Amino acid sequence: MSVADQAPRFASPVDHRMWSERIPAPWWILGLILLLLPIVANNFWLFQIMGWTFILGMIGLSLMFLAGYGGMVSLLQMSIAGLAGYMVAILGPSGAANVSLGLSWWIVLPAAFLIAALFATICGALAVRTDGIYTIMITLAIAAAFFYFTRQNYSIFNGYSGFNLVLPPKLFGVNWRDPLPFYYLTLACAALCYGAVVYLARSPFGLALQGVRDNPRRMAALGFNVTAHRVAAYALASVFASTGGILLVWQNAQIAPGTIGISSAIDVLVVAVVGGMRRPLGPFIGAFIYVLLQVFSTDILGFFGFSADRFKLIIGIGFLAIVLFSPDGVLGLWDRWRARMAARKAATTGGGA
Amino acid sequence: MRHGKLLGRSEMDNFIKRYPLWSLFFFLLAAAFLCLVLAPWPPELVAVWGRKQIFLNALLGGITLGALYFLVAAGFTLIFGLMRVVNLAHGSLFLIGGYVGYEVATASGSWLLAFPIVFIVVGLIGLLMQFFIFSKMEGEELRQTLVSIGLSIVFADLMLWWWGGQSYSILAPQFLQGPMELPLVSNFNEATGVVTWLRYPSVRVWILVAAIVIGIAMWLVLNRTALGMLIRAGVDDREMLAASGVRIHMVFLAVFGFGAGLAGIAGIIGATFQSLSPGEDTRFLLASLVVVIVGGMGSIVGAALGALIIGVAEQMGFVYAPTYSIVLTFLIMAAVLAFRPQGLLGTRR
Repeated sequence: MSVADQAPRFASPVDHRMWSERIPAPWWILGLILLLLPIVANNFWLFQIMGWTFILGMIGLSLMFLAGYGGMVSLLQMSIAGLAGYMVAILGPSGAANVSLGLSWWIVLPAAFLIAALFATICGALAVRTDGIYTIMITLAIAAAFFYFTRQNYSIFNGYSGFNLVLPPKLFGVNWRDPLPFYYLTLACAALCYGAVVYLARSPFGLALQGVRDNPRRMAALGFNVTAHRVAAYALASVFASTGGILLVWQNAQIAPGTIGISSAIDVLVVAVVGGMRRPLGPFIGAFIYVLLQVFSTDILGFFGFSADRFKLIIGIGFLAIVLFSPDGVLGLWDRWRARMAARKAATTGGGA
Repeated sequence: MRHGKLLGRSEMDNFIKRYPLWSLFFFLLAAAFLCLVLAPWPPELVAVWGRKQIFLNALLGGITLGALYFLVAAGFTLIFGLMRVVNLAHGSLFLIGGYVGYEVATASGSWLLAFPIVFIVVGLIGLLMQFFIFSKMEGEELRQTLVSIGLSIVFADLMLWWWGGQSYSILAPQFLQGPMELPLVSNFNEATGVVTWLRYPSVRVWILVAAIVIGIAMWLVLNRTALGMLIRAGVDDREMLAASGVRIHMVFLAVFGFGAGLAGIAGIIGATFQSLSPGEDTRFLLASLVVVIVGGMGSIVGAALGALIIGVAEQMGFVYAPTYSIVLTFLIMAAVLAFRPQGLLGTRR
């Protein structure tokens, strides 16, 4: 049993291709489409639909990171996003001048990320005291408590009315709320978050986190600190949620308790589950479907003779259908369809040969 | 019975022997609390804390709110303890119960008649949920929870569709209207020597009594009957119970139906002393979550204790620190999670 015997098992086959060649072609096409979308799409599509999709996708991504890799289904991500958004409104300039401090953006943004991460870490530390199905209960309770608190508290969170006129800083002389810059801003942030999650999932930390998800006792026996990994996952996920939250505030130019209500917290879960929680792309697909349904609910429901108020019913039934028939979301449906196609192809070609 | 009592006493003795200082502290706390409730307040105390009547009203309000929370949370905790289903549609069952109770009470003119009908209707909804959905995905806890979320979204929108956004409240029957005097001193006038007794809405007092009766009945059923034995055995070890030949799905159905029916009844009570509107379902779902987290998952006594604590904390916070009342509830939950994650009376699994 020499070292030489062992060596080949550990040496992974080194991929000598350029990094750009390792990315499959569909991704290049998707990237190109997204980059060139402004040529064909109008402002409404860029700002409302795509902007909102990316934002919701990022918040869903933070849930996907926790749930898919860490096995912790947290309903807290919308609250974390909301807290970051609130911090931007409270520390930076806003319409509620008596509450907002009006600091400049290079203090506000890091502070917002830090405070949100701190909140996520504390709540995460509480939530990981128990595990499995309890996580959902505890995070839902914390999210609800935060929602009611922002609604009651006027000295910090300006109560029921929240903050309006929260605008992004005019960096480089660009008005980032104009549809085109905002589209590219959200696209860049979403791409960064996506890349970060893909990278993290393959990093030693991500692998250890997936180990903790699959078998915490074994990982503990191997010397990994299970609790620390879980809490760190909460802290990391807060970065994606905060990015989404800050962009959300800039998109709406306002934030109020309604933004972070319980139904919003559940919407994030719906988005992640509908898209699929196994892969980081899932939340973005789920967000796209959700936003399309939300925006065009009037037309869709009108077509079937219902009033537009029944949007939630559609979402609820769609969500139930996904959970009942395809628990791994739309991506799971796609995977199974491709597998079946491949199997059929193999059957036909195999039969011929 | 006797053995249990003896054990209880010796456990208490043990606690006193092991933690004499803590025991003294708890004893003094209890004594001070009793003084606060029973004795008339001196003017100095009134100057700091306001009138005694306000305190007593907040306390009683908290206890009656706790009674309502208990009724909602008891079913939730039973379902969770036995089937490991976090039924996040439990708040919807509460709201459905309230609405159906309103319809029955206004149509028939009888408040009491609403109770059995709602219990059956909402219990049936629970049975159907368990039979058609939850039993199909046994053991997949996360999926069951997600399904219950989907159901709660659908239920909430259907109710909004049918009953609209306005708020409803059920009128208490004649014999429960008006206040009643409680044997608690509200005010003592030193000059005249006149003692004023506390007056409190009688419907709330009777709801408290009813909740206590239901709680005791549940405890008796759980601890003194064959069905209760099955349920307790199922909470402790579901697989072993199934392996010993019990038709556990029947037990599941019974518990789910009973828990749902209880939530429905709580809906009528909620509609009687508060009101019903869209959004109350999440409020009561949250309340049951917090109550169950604090009290201990799967424990009826824990649910009662948690409901009492949360109800009183909420009302006290509402009266004495309105902006931070929700924080108080949250801090209690956080403290329990930090020091006793399985809940005050929960067992670690």
